[in-house]
Amino acid sequence: MIDQLPILLIIIPLFAAPLLVLLGSRHLALPISLAVVWSVFGISVALLCRVIQNGPIGYELGGWPSPYGIVYVIDYLSSFVMMFVSALGAIVLTYAPPSIKQEIPFSKHYLFYACYLLCLTGLLGMCITGDLFNVFVFLEISSLSSYALISLGKTRRAPLAALHYLIFGTIGATFFLIGIGLLYQMTGTLNMADIGRRLSEVRAERLLAGLTQFSRTELVAFAFMTVGLSIKMAVFPLHTWLPNAYAYAPSVVTGFIAATATKVSVYAFIRLVYGIFTPNFAFETMPLDTALMIFSLIGIFVASVAAIYQTDVKRLLAYSSVAQIGYMLLGISMSNVDGLTAGIVHMFNHALIKGGLFMVVGCFALRLGSVKLDDLRGAGKTMPLTSLAWVIGGLGLIGVPMTAGFISKWLLLTAALEHDWWPVAVLMLLSSLLAVVYVWRVVELLYFSEPSDKAKRAKEAPALMLIPTYIVIAATVVFGCWTVYSAGLAQKAALALLAITESGIAPGGTP
Amino acid sequence: MISPIAFLNPENMIWISLALPLLAVVLIFLFGKMPNIREACTIGISVVLFGVICSLASHVFAGERPTWRLSEMLPGFEIAFTVEPLGMLFALVASGLWILTTIYAIGYMRGHHEINQTRFFACFAIAIFAALSAAFAKNLFTLFVAYEVMTVSTYPLVTHHGNEEAKQGGRVYLGILLGTSVAFFMLAIAWTWSVAGTLDFTPGGILTQASLDGKITNMQLSILLGLFAFGIGKAALMPFHRWLPAAMVAPTPVSALLHAVAVVKVGVFSILKVVVYIFGIDLIGGTHLDVTNQTGMSDWLCYLAGASILLASLVAMTKDNLKARLAYSTISQLSYITLGAALATTDSVIGGGMHIAMHAVGKITLFFCAGAIYVGAHKKNISDMRGLGRAMPFTMGAFLIASLCIIGIPPGGGAWSKMFLAIGAAERGHSFLIAALMISSLLNIAYLVPIPILSFMTPKGQEPLKYKEAPLMCVVPLCITAVGSVALFFFADQIYAWLLPITTISGN
Amino acid sequence: MTLEDALGLYSYWIVIFLMMTGFYIVISGKNLIKTIIGLNIFQTSVFLLYITMGKVQGGTAPILRDGGGHSDHHGEGHNHGGEHGEAIHQGSEHGSVVVDHAVQQASFTEDVIATVGEAAAHSGAEYQGVLYTNPLPSVLMLTAIVVGIATTALALALIVRIREEYGTIEEDEILAIDRKSDS
Repeated sequence: MIDQLPILLIIIPLFAAPLLVLLGSRHLALPISLAVVWSVFGISVALLCRVIQNGPIGYELGGWPSPYGIVYVIDYLSSFVMMFVSALGAIVLTYAPPSIKQEIPFSKHYLFYACYLLCLTGLLGMCITGDLFNVFVFLEISSLSSYALISLGKTRRAPLAALHYLIFGTIGATFFLIGIGLLYQMTGTLNMADIGRRLSEVRAERLLAGLTQFSRTELVAFAFMTVGLSIKMAVFPLHTWLPNAYAYAPSVVTGFIAATATKVSVYAFIRLVYGIFTPNFAFETMPLDTALMIFSLIGIFVASVAAIYQTDVKRLLAYSSVAQIGYMLLGISMSNVDGLTAGIVHMFNHALIKGGLFMVVGCFALRLGSVKLDDLRGAGKTMPLTSLAWVIGGLGLIGVPMTAGFISKWLLLTAALEHDWWPVAVLMLLSSLLAVVYVWRVVELLYFSEPSDKAKRAKEAPALMLIPTYIVIAATVVFGCWTVYSAGLAQKAALALLAITESGIAPGGTP
Repeated sequence: MISPIAFLNPENMIWISLALPLLAVVLIFLFGKMPNIREACTIGISVVLFGVICSLASHVFAGERPTWRLSEMLPGFEIAFTVEPLGMLFALVASGLWILTTIYAIGYMRGHHEINQTRFFACFAIAIFAALSAAFAKNLFTLFVAYEVMTVSTYPLVTHHGNEEAKQGGRVYLGILLGTSVAFFMLAIAWTWSVAGTLDFTPGGILTQASLDGKITNMQLSILLGLFAFGIGKAALMPFHRWLPAAMVAPTPVSALLHAVAVVKVGVFSILKVVVYIFGIDLIGGTHLDVTNQTGMSDWLCYLAGASILLASLVAMTKDNLKARLAYSTISQLSYITLGAALATTDSVIGGGMHIAMHAVGKITLFFCAGAIYVGAHKKNISDMRGLGRAMPFTMGAFLIASLCIIGIPPGGGAWSKMFLAIGAAERGHSFLIAALMISSLLNIAYLVPIPILSFMTPKGQEPLKYKEAPLMCVVPLCITAVGSVALFFFADQIYAWLLPITTISGN
Repeated sequence: MTLEDALGLYSYWIVIFLMMTGFYIVISGKNLIKTIIGLNIFQTSVFLLYITMGKVQGGTAPILRDGGGHSDHHGEGHNHGGEHGEAIHQGSEHGSVVVDHAVQQASFTEDVIATVGEAAAHSGAEYQGVLYTNPLPSVLMLTAIVVGIATTALALALIVRIREEYGTIEEDEILAIDRKSDS
């Protein structure tokens, strides 16, 4: 049973979702899906513990040996990402009932839960699999279900936002598919570790044969896959789908997707760069580090400034998400231990912070019926706990010490200095001041303005929503002071990734 | 069974003194609905805290350097505390004045019927916690964390009134303090880390070796010093001083303890710590035997501090609002301490450290007086205070005594610290700076002394004012601090002896 | 590149033509249905890319008729695409390392797996004198087609809802309505 945990992680939510639809019960859906998400969380924690104790785990589906069969690879990085994805998936779903009761018609509730579970399956699958085509399949599972989830939004703009996301997302996924095809054509395998190994062999032979080290196929494949994933990661300037999708989706969905979906795409990107192509190829042959640095920094500034001018808290946070992705990519593109650690840990920290903040916004949406800044005026008086949660989460987003945001910012800063990227270090710090502006704008509205009509009538959010919100918000503080299981794990993951690059041996290739 | 005496060793006293303010926060929230018990808890804890700090001080000034490690926040970056004389002095001042301020605040807040008193006292205790953490910090990283905790925890105090004015003031406050610390201070710390490989406060400094190894040029050291000087925005060095006047929208006890003692002193204290324990006096002062050609590294900072002293004094003269005048006076006095650090001689650094204590006691008295006048007579502007001294003799008397301390006229304690600063300037041969110190003292007289003097005169063409002294809980603390500012004059040699070890490399 | 080479790659030209056509429709189309059709064409071109890479001229379906034994002689991949030839060739050599390894194991299952793997690894493989085409790309495309259908169905469902709400499926008209309701 213990050995089968990796597959259970995927199978349970994957089968629960159609079960919910087949049952069609509006009352059973919630308990079943809660049981599923929490057991998934339990499994991923168990996997993480096993990885910490015994090192990476490889799991061969159906007993077919790698590289012919599909393998699941659970190493530091994947178990870490799965842990926080399933944790947020579980906690957001626990928080969900009051909010979706208000925002989604009751008759559609079981469909919502089914889509939610599918989306979670897809995200976890992308993390766990060691097979490149499998990544595509899971990517599409999570994307399709998230399009459906977004379209459940209350306003009539939700379907259009979902459709835009669908078009962008499909183009991105198809680009990714083209890249996979080219790689397969070149190496004849789909196992990621195997592709990486064969690519390095091909390179060595090409050098011997007096050719350029990298074939054109490889370059094209890499380009397609990077652009495809960049769309899913919402890297500036490919982020245009994100603000509307986040803004018009139901609050719960926004919380879940914002906390997890883009992070998992970043994870896939890390795998792509460090597991398949080498950083040497990506950052030295291809000028991807410079490109990422430029786009990240422009993205950070443009998106932060855009966030300042939003009139709707959800859009404000959405733009902030675009900016924060930039920080992750900055770290990843430094390709040293500190930078990679910073990028990975920021995935985790930002998932907590942004998940928590969107949960706060969900509380406001529930009580105020709106997330417009004008309607939030003075809500600090009638909803003090919710407002306080915003302040703490906001401090995390700014990166004040004792919050999780500081940890990632500090690591990123030291990594940038180690890399001698002075301008990056300075710009990064300056850009985080923009976060002060957009977070504090809301804080001032909450506490210093005359209450709006809606805020006057509002009362504190129900405990069922406040408690999960505060768990996540408290986690941002806890992981700002105690980082053994955030930065510590991220560092181990980074070391493992860089070790692959150096030795050319990937875990899971020969489990 | 551990005997209580053995338990109260210096190491344990460190965490006890850090935990006490946090315990106060918990109790304050617990008894939020019962003001009398709540305030009794605060006073009780502050008294116990002062006791613990005093007994810790007896160990530290005897030469011990107790260390207590909390944990590693990140690999290589540890939250740890070591007590050395400079921090000890600061902790003594902060915790001692906390008792008086609490008593004063009770009188003030109740006399004013302020709202949200529970939040007020809780944030106050957090700020004290942050001040002590900064005072005891073992490394720059811990210091930075404490520094930022203090910024955030004092924001609700500054904006306590919750009106438009408070919002604007809070915006400037948070904007400048957070902005400078993130943009400069954090960068400077990371840079130091990347060059020196450690952030521990070490007697003699940690950058000397890096400088000898050629990892950092003198020009870069000078820039690094600038990043620290401007990054520590709480030191209110011009041009990043605007937050201090802006913070005056806060209730007077906040201005008194935080913006005359805890917050601003954390700023200058950090600068002193950085100069003494990160750069090393010899490196900055150009007297290091192995490092050549680095005189002048901090000259620009000396002159900037000198300019800041004079300009802030001049601005203070133009202010009619008493708190605003005191705020600019504080900016000027803080630059004295920055100047002491920048001059980097034994005497100037000790003078700077001494001025932390002298100015704290003097300035808190002045703010207490300002608050007492506001409670008793509802007057904010100096021009309306003529004749007030007859109605409020204790308050105005204390004001006069404390003014002497700030100006530096014996028997005010400030006389000694300013003298050491002048000696330091002379040692460095900066005659301009000596002149600046003189002129500034004259300006101090011009903007402080007339206030109490005029207040004892009869108002022109008016009936004698029929105001009374503020409540006893306001007047007693300010009298105590006024007496303290004189007492410090006679204790100066003791403080000098306490601080002397920080300037010698073999301080341990 | 000679004309012959260029023509020899005709399947790629078709793929690229379809891809660009589909992409252009997605970018330029203001009608939501047309956009989705463009997306479909775009996806289809990728299906073609995969299928052409798997096809071996004269190859048959890879169904093993009997077990046991192994061939020492591995068929050279009959590659289809000119430009990728060299890479594929190299891939084939590494494939044989894998097979040799399997031979040492001398177990039947391993051998079959290795041979199927070999077939999958190249554009095809010869097993006991019969030339097989590579089945894997086709299988992959079955999955991708399913994904594509799901995407299209979802997109159409969304468009139905959009039309119910706005009464139009022209994007600029919808945006105009939104702008109007904003102001």
